Amino acid sequence: MISPDHFRALFDPRGIVVAGASTHPGKFGFVALHNILSCGYKGEVFATNRERAEVLGRLTVADLTEIPHGKADLVFVCTPATSNPEVLRQAASVGIKAAFIASAGYGESGEAGLELQMELVSLANELDMMIVGPNGQGLVSTPSSLCAQIVAPYPPSGSIGIASQSGNFVSSFMNLSRQSGVGISRAISIGNAAQVGILDMLEYFADDPKTSVGLVYVEGITDGREFAHRLENVCRQIPVVILKGGASGLGARAAASHTGSLATDDRVFTGVCRQVGATRASSVAEAFDIAAAFATLPAPRGPRLAVVTTVGGWGVLAADAVSTTNLKLDELPADLRNTLDGLLPPRWSRNNPIDLAGGETKDTVPAVLNAVVGHEEIDATLVLGMGIQSNQGRLEREGPFYPDHGLERIVAFHDRQDSRYAEVALAASVAADKPVLIASELAIGDPNNAAVAAVRSTGHYCFASAERAIFALNSLYERTVWLDSFGPPNIER
Amino acid sequence: MSRILSESDSKELLVKYGIPFLPEVLISQADQAEAALVGTTGPYAVKLCGQNISHKSERGLVRLGINGVDAVKHACQELLDAARPEDGATGALVAPMAIGLREFIAGVSVDPIFGPTIVFGVGGVLAEAIADVTVRLAPIRRHDAMDMLGSLRSRSLLETFRGEPAVDLEALADLLCSLSDAAISIDGLESIDVNPVMIVNGAPVALDALVAFSSTGGES
Repeated sequence: MISPDHFRALFDPRGIVVAGASTHPGKFGFVALHNILSCGYKGEVFATNRERAEVLGRLTVADLTEIPHGKADLVFVCTPATSNPEVLRQAASVGIKAAFIASAGYGESGEAGLELQMELVSLANELDMMIVGPNGQGLVSTPSSLCAQIVAPYPPSGSIGIASQSGNFVSSFMNLSRQSGVGISRAISIGNAAQVGILDMLEYFADDPKTSVGLVYVEGITDGREFAHRLENVCRQIPVVILKGGASGLGARAAASHTGSLATDDRVFTGVCRQVGATRASSVAEAFDIAAAFATLPAPRGPRLAVVTTVGGWGVLAADAVSTTNLKLDELPADLRNTLDGLLPPRWSRNNPIDLAGGETKDTVPAVLNAVVGHEEIDATLVLGMGIQSNQGRLEREGPFYPDHGLERIVAFHDRQDSRYAEVALAASVAADKPVLIASELAIGDPNNAAVAAVRSTGHYCFASAERAIFALNSLYERTVWLDSFGPPNIER
Repeated sequence: MSRILSESDSKELLVKYGIPFLPEVLISQADQAEAALVGTTGPYAVKLCGQNISHKSERGLVRLGINGVDAVKHACQELLDAARPEDGATGALVAPMAIGLREFIAGVSVDPIFGPTIVFGVGGVLAEAIADVTVRLAPIRRHDAMDMLGSLRSRSLLETFRGEPAVDLEALADLLCSLSDAAISIDGLESIDVNPVMIVNGAPVALDALVAFSSTGGES
């Protein structure tokens, strides 16, 4: 039985052994050790090498029996499949409780490999050891500054927990984490999922105080009922974002049934996700958007969105996107309209989206944002157009006239203004305990832009477009509705 | 091989779970038509009902908009004559035509991975092309039933539509919950098609039903 102790050994080990450390910088056994040693892991690190060769300037031992008992909790296995039963036995004998098995040559390689894999699981069960993989790329655990994987990157710390049936998606999500600054708590590639699977990881995330949202990539599902039941229990505790590839099954359905032919695998899976309260995403970017929104924003209490924009066109597209969701872009309440009349020039839109029509002055944007976000009939606010001033500032700073002609002063002013807008927006979000989303393509186009950098420095996520922000917010709102469908909160919730 | 119930047997089974069907009469001979029409007004729908018939429309076994006793009799005779030996015991189903512009499809389908599911979507002749369908695992909660209605891309069809009132969402959700009850209560079930569910004056009415059992189980 897998216990919390096993997960502690896996994600927060007191010491690690790399089994099969290699002197060749192209080998997994080298890269794994390199990554563990390079990202700040504080525990003791051991490595085995048959020839006791020095790797990365460190001494190695010939096998695990030479490691003092109780010094290591996790073994990262890069040895060939045929050696691994012995590696596990030795690991258990020195008190190791968890193994991540990167070695290939198991179920993915055919019948013989599958047999080896099943033998490995029986052995692990016998030894009371948790094994993840085989054929996995590794794991990351930022609370322990642990980068035990044969791939990059090592992401910033945060509260998104990632589990994937494909190691490359772990990297994809972590690349987006590094780019956006919204960090990761734990990330793991479960490889062939021989002993533990996606749901075991999600159940751990649900209980893990460092993790506030699960982000998973799923391929094959074998027992649909169990999957749905366990996923729902996790979703009662934390939000879960699912990216799914492949078909859930190829079995033929009743030939006589018309509804049967309409209930395709994809539609069944979409329905299951809605029913059990998980959010299904259709791309890596969308999945990360939604996970980042869950990780950084308070839950919206209702569907009423206000859009604040400095330019009309963006507001129009945002309104179009809202119309495809369950969110509402209601007319502005009369008292809020009156308040804004006092803050903005007469040409402002007087409607939602709130188009400032270029009427913003140094203090207008903060005053408008505070009035809108704080209004009791607004559940969430989307802010568009941040970063424009500092974007012009960048062109000036990089141009031939800088810093003369007053450019130095105005560029600094632009940067300060954009930083201030972002900080005010996010402070208003905290004060009102409501989501405020900031969207700009500068999130991708120029991550150093002052507005984007300010959003990032407060730990928030700058969405790459209004639509992407709106779809993510809709997912947050749908979770609110789902949780509410069980009635008022009780002790269980 | 799966085993199916005739339309009238399917309806008899499903009505116990609360699926809203129209009153109709099953006759075995055309000359029983006159008695069947007493107290009703046309136009009528006449269908061939048989133990093993699953695709009536494709075989031209549905006659709609029939007016007058003689025409109904004639239609019944034609349909009874069209029966094939493999159709099993047959009869003609006679019912007043339901008039409505909107058709939906509802049912139960057993997914090979997830088991019994409740299916709801836009119906009619374009159903497969439009493919606006939503699915949940049985059993569903009432929240799920309402969420299914809201999940349709064409959910504007549920509002007022070309002079017809808005759909009674509670009644439509009831229908889906009834299907869910049926899905978890009927042993050996393979599938249920309730197709079409027509919206008549805002209320959902099930006009046809087909229940199939898997080879390994089922009511006898």
